[in-house]
Amino acid sequence: MATLEIRDLHVSVDTEQGPKEILKGVDLTVRSGETHAIMGPNGSGKSTLAYSIAGHPKYHVTSGTVTLDGEDVLAMEPDERARAGLFLAMQYPVEVPGVTVSNFLRTAKTAIDGEAPKLRTWVKDVKSAMENLRMDSAFAERNVNEGFSGGEKKRHEILQMELLKPKIAILDETDSGLDVDALRIVSEGVNRAKEGTDLGVLLITHYTRILRYIKPDFVHVFVDGKVAEEGGPELAERLENEGYDRFLSAAAQN
Amino acid sequence: MTLITPERNQAAGHVDPAAAYVPDQSRAERRTSFEVADFPVPHGREEEWRFTPVDRLGNVFSDTPTDDREGDPAATFDATEVEAVLAEPLGPGAAPRGTVLVPADRAAVVASANTDQALHLKLAADTVYDEPLRLRIHGNGAGRRSNAHYVLEAGPHSQGLVILEHTGSAEHTGNLEVIVGDGANLTVVTLQQWEDDAHHLGQHDALVGRDAAYRHIAVTLGGAIVRVNSNVRYAGPGGEATLLGVYFADAGQHLEHRSFVDHNAPRCTSLVTYKGALQGDTAHTVWVGDVLIRKEAEGIETYELNRNLVLTDGARADSVPNLEIETGEIAGAGHASSTGRFDDEQLFYLMARGIPEAEARKLVVRGFFADIVARIGVPEVVDTLMAAIEAELAATGS
Repeated sequence: MATLEIRDLHVSVDTEQGPKEILKGVDLTVRSGETHAIMGPNGSGKSTLAYSIAGHPKYHVTSGTVTLDGEDVLAMEPDERARAGLFLAMQYPVEVPGVTVSNFLRTAKTAIDGEAPKLRTWVKDVKSAMENLRMDSAFAERNVNEGFSGGEKKRHEILQMELLKPKIAILDETDSGLDVDALRIVSEGVNRAKEGTDLGVLLITHYTRILRYIKPDFVHVFVDGKVAEEGGPELAERLENEGYDRFLSAAAQN
Repeated sequence: MTLITPERNQAAGHVDPAAAYVPDQSRAERRTSFEVADFPVPHGREEEWRFTPVDRLGNVFSDTPTDDREGDPAATFDATEVEAVLAEPLGPGAAPRGTVLVPADRAAVVASANTDQALHLKLAADTVYDEPLRLRIHGNGAGRRSNAHYVLEAGPHSQGLVILEHTGSAEHTGNLEVIVGDGANLTVVTLQQWEDDAHHLGQHDALVGRDAAYRHIAVTLGGAIVRVNSNVRYAGPGGEATLLGVYFADAGQHLEHRSFVDHNAPRCTSLVTYKGALQGDTAHTVWVGDVLIRKEAEGIETYELNRNLVLTDGARADSVPNLEIETGEIAGAGHASSTGRFDDEQLFYLMARGIPEAEARKLVVRGFFADIVARIGVPEVVDTLMAAIEAELAATGS
């Protein structure tokens, strides 16, 4: 049972005009087995939340706390956060030339577990995880994200999530740019991880269509750097019908 | 990308550092001579010396004999692993010495003039040498002048791997003259693992025979100033030349590689690939790749590439590809050059998967060199190289 607690989180980034506050007091609690959808218009700070939790150096936490089972996440380096059980499936994963997927996965698994995985079971695990995600076995010998299509990049992110078995996973717009088949395959991967390891999921998305495949327990609407409204799955349906307009006009009036 | 440069100054407004001087009309016009007097000591403004810290190279440029002392040579040449191919040494003018390599700069001409007896290695025709032929050159003291000239003949249809291994310290000038016989397959590796205070300038010229394959691999890791010029021309059609280089420069090191492929015969190929990493203040690398495609070189194909990975602030990589084309009747010609700093997004991505920073850096740097390492394909050279790179990365604790 793991709990990720975000309390009054304020985050800024440096711009040419000086620091700009993006997150303006976020409160959120994600527990094992729960699926939280964070929805919101572009520029509302959804990705900033994801990268801040993962520890990207570009984002400066100015106040607030993030804890995982009481441990101070903000005091950890990005690699320590991952080893503590956090995972971020990135929207735009970078290419790492000359590093094969297979080498990368093994190195990451070794780092997370603190010991090299047993070769025989590892090879089998990778193979079956790739088959589940309909990835060709030749994929393992390609360089990380080099020349991957958008769909391949997202599958590769979910592959890592399935193999590294985090406690809490943040999926940053994993659905964007996917066709219906790929969306289904990727969603199946997330659902497998939820069932298999009681994964807690923070699902960041602009659209509701992924929520047809991954059922959220909670929906949070993100507007202007904080949670504007919270509710159950029915909130997503309402957003599907109404869009974000009523939140945006409310934010404009403030 | 293809760059055609019949006259380099033609494009107004084009900021090309190479345009700041009046160049030879063609790379082919560059002076070569056996006369020391034909090459004055460089002052640093000459095209071929403009990147090199010539003010620190006075000793290497001086026309002086090797600083051998009683029982204590300036450099030790351990030829035990080349005994199988050791031939009678060659005095000045004794062919084939001087038939392929004519000195093209000050360092090469003083090396030539001050080497009485050139070491002569001869791979017999139609013979495959399974074991690497390794010549170990060890400098016995910083500041001590050492001159060398080697002649390497690979007989027709022979096959072999020759490694020149440089360690220790010296003020070393070394010429390598290579004759690749028709149909031969020869790989030459020059490994620079000098101490931090060594200076080494070298000219390596090869004549590639008909349907022969020649590979020259420069691996430069040590030395204060190292400059290796690897040049190729062809004795007939069908020759293949592959010039590879890997370098890793630390603070205070100047590592320079130049190549000149003279496509003077039809239907030959050349592939030039150099990759380097730099870290630390004043680390400086230079790559200058010249290719000349002469009128008679129809049907040739050439490509040259240089990539530099700058790991820290304060390092500088110069990269200059020059392609000169006198005939359009070719299969292909291109070049690429890029210099980039270490990508923090790659680092974040790997760390976000639990990989500690030091290991993540190592992965990225190893990845950067992966394709050229695969192309080198000589296990013992690759192992030495990767071990040295890991040591370099570990040394900075980064």
